[in-house]
Amino acid sequence: MKSDSWKPWALLAPSMSAVFLLLVIPVCFVIVYSFWLRAPSGADIPAFQFGNYAKFFEDFFYPKILIRTIRIAFETVFLCVVMGYIPAYFFYRSTTRYKQVFLLLIMLPFWVSFIIRTMSWINIMGDTGLINHFLLKIGLIETPISMLYNEFTVLMGLIMYLLPFMVLNIYVSLEGIDKSLLEAARCMGCTEWQAFREVTLPLSLPGVSAGCLLVFVLTAGTYLPPMILGGPGNDMIANLIFKRVIGTLDWPFGSAISVILLSLLFAIVWTYNRYLGINQIFKSFQGD
Amino acid sequence: MATGKKQPIVQFKGIMKRFGKVVAVEKMDFDIEEGSLVTLLGPSGCGKTTLLRMVAGLEEPTEGDIFIKGVRINDTPIHKRNLGMIFQNYALFPHKTIFENVAFGLKYRDVPKEDVTQKVTRALEMVRLPGVENRMPSQLSGGQQQRIAMARAIVIEPDVLLMDEPLSALDENLREEMRREVDNLQQMLGVTTIFVTHDQREALSMSDKILVMKDGRKQQEGPPEVVYNEPTNHFVADFLGHSNFIKGEVVAVDDQHVDVRIETGDVLFAENKGGFSKGDAVEMIVRAQRFDAFPMEEFEPTEGLNHFEGRIKDRSYMGGEVSYFIELGNNREIHVISMMRTRIYNLGEAVSVQVAPHHCHLIALE
Repeated sequence: MKSDSWKPWALLAPSMSAVFLLLVIPVCFVIVYSFWLRAPSGADIPAFQFGNYAKFFEDFFYPKILIRTIRIAFETVFLCVVMGYIPAYFFYRSTTRYKQVFLLLIMLPFWVSFIIRTMSWINIMGDTGLINHFLLKIGLIETPISMLYNEFTVLMGLIMYLLPFMVLNIYVSLEGIDKSLLEAARCMGCTEWQAFREVTLPLSLPGVSAGCLLVFVLTAGTYLPPMILGGPGNDMIANLIFKRVIGTLDWPFGSAISVILLSLLFAIVWTYNRYLGINQIFKSFQGD
Repeated sequence: MATGKKQPIVQFKGIMKRFGKVVAVEKMDFDIEEGSLVTLLGPSGCGKTTLLRMVAGLEEPTEGDIFIKGVRINDTPIHKRNLGMIFQNYALFPHKTIFENVAFGLKYRDVPKEDVTQKVTRALEMVRLPGVENRMPSQLSGGQQQRIAMARAIVIEPDVLLMDEPLSALDENLREEMRREVDNLQQMLGVTTIFVTHDQREALSMSDKILVMKDGRKQQEGPPEVVYNEPTNHFVADFLGHSNFIKGEVVAVDDQHVDVRIETGDVLFAENKGGFSKGDAVEMIVRAQRFDAFPMEEFEPTEGLNHFEGRIKDRSYMGGEVSYFIELGNNREIHVISMMRTRIYNLGEAVSVQVAPHHCHLIALE
């Protein structure tokens, strides 16, 4: 063995220890907790039993929330792809000098607190919000229309949060496409649209799939948009965990739900990796 | 030299291209004959690639017209021009197999399925890469990828084959080999080819006609031997080969010769090709290979040739030949490339130099 084979490990050490301390250990705690018992008094009793998991699958109440979470995540991914590809493609084709400024604007929402951004929809779409206020003023309606607290507004909040991730992922992979490939396709008889279908679209798919994975995972684990913009029937799995742990201080059950979510996401990512290759994500960041 | 009987297949008429305020191609007329290989030669930024891209439709001319087979194609969209384009970086589709790459153009030409397979196989045989149909471009070497790009361009039987510095990404030895191959293929197919390069050796060895460009302007057009031997200006002579530029003044003109007094005070005879009269300021262009250097003691001047004396100032041995810088009087230096008929001369050695009048080419001093 070469004497300097320790070097890569030394370079990795800081981030590895951070991941270990801040991620691996807490997750282990959660897994351990998920087997504990909760006494009627509220105390947590160390144990090894599957009661918390059994409780989750006892009736359809909890699995329904899990299924809803997955469904909303897929819907969000789909909408983000459709709504994200168009601006990404626009940035890619645009020759304006302000391209960099536009890209910066895409990042702009990240400079404002996620909670504030989400809450601001209440000021726009709430009963006393901007839209209702305006419609009342011009006399189109007499009582405010109730627009908030349904699945549509939850999706809206999620898309607002996640769209930039999708746009940037797609944009980066589009930028990586050699423009002479398009010219070659055109010279061989493709119309602009056919060249897009033959060259641009397939070559940008790595970016699309990277964006999909990112959006999917982030959606499945988020709880703010449903909490702020959703009604009682729009809870997602993270809201459930939040309510168990913060609301009723039921750590064992909350942990069990977390482990179930984690396993499900792991299974999805693993399958994705199996068929699409997770390194696609890294490829899309290689640019040129 | 003139093969003017053939029909021009590509014609540029008053073609001009501006990018904003920058003129990429200055107004020019240029014809390309059917079946010929024409090289656009010049340093980078001279407009040669822009000219090519205008034929392909990838750039729109600011002014002027382009005709292919007598039809004005300015407004024909790219995909309706039947052209084969070969790019410097090959531009193979990385997500498609070699078969799909080569068959790409056929797919958009409604060629029946059975014919596609047959045509692709034939094209791959022509570029001497049979049997790679199922591989991906990334599995092939650079030279092989360029062959595939060639197969992809010729399989559609284009009216004109456009090549944009196709060999410049290859290493030296491979480039030589590919150059011969492109040349053979072009002759075999007889397809009109426009070849863009900044490499004079490529241009001289392959072309039927060379168009030398600089700063968007046409400098000279003609067969390689004319452009090389009879450059019309300083730039062309300087860009192609190793030239000596000797300033002088015409002191006498007769039927056969123009006598020029050069800076050293010597009078050299140049062949009279017309156009010069006594008193003209001229520049005499002599290729470094055209001078012969002899040892002083063995030198016997040949009747009718120019001869003068000099001293070896610098030399570099280049294997097949030796490159000398020979100092004449008056601080004037000439570059001589000698095929080493006798021996290598020493630094400081006095030599006699001889050059035939028909190798002394005159241009007006710019």
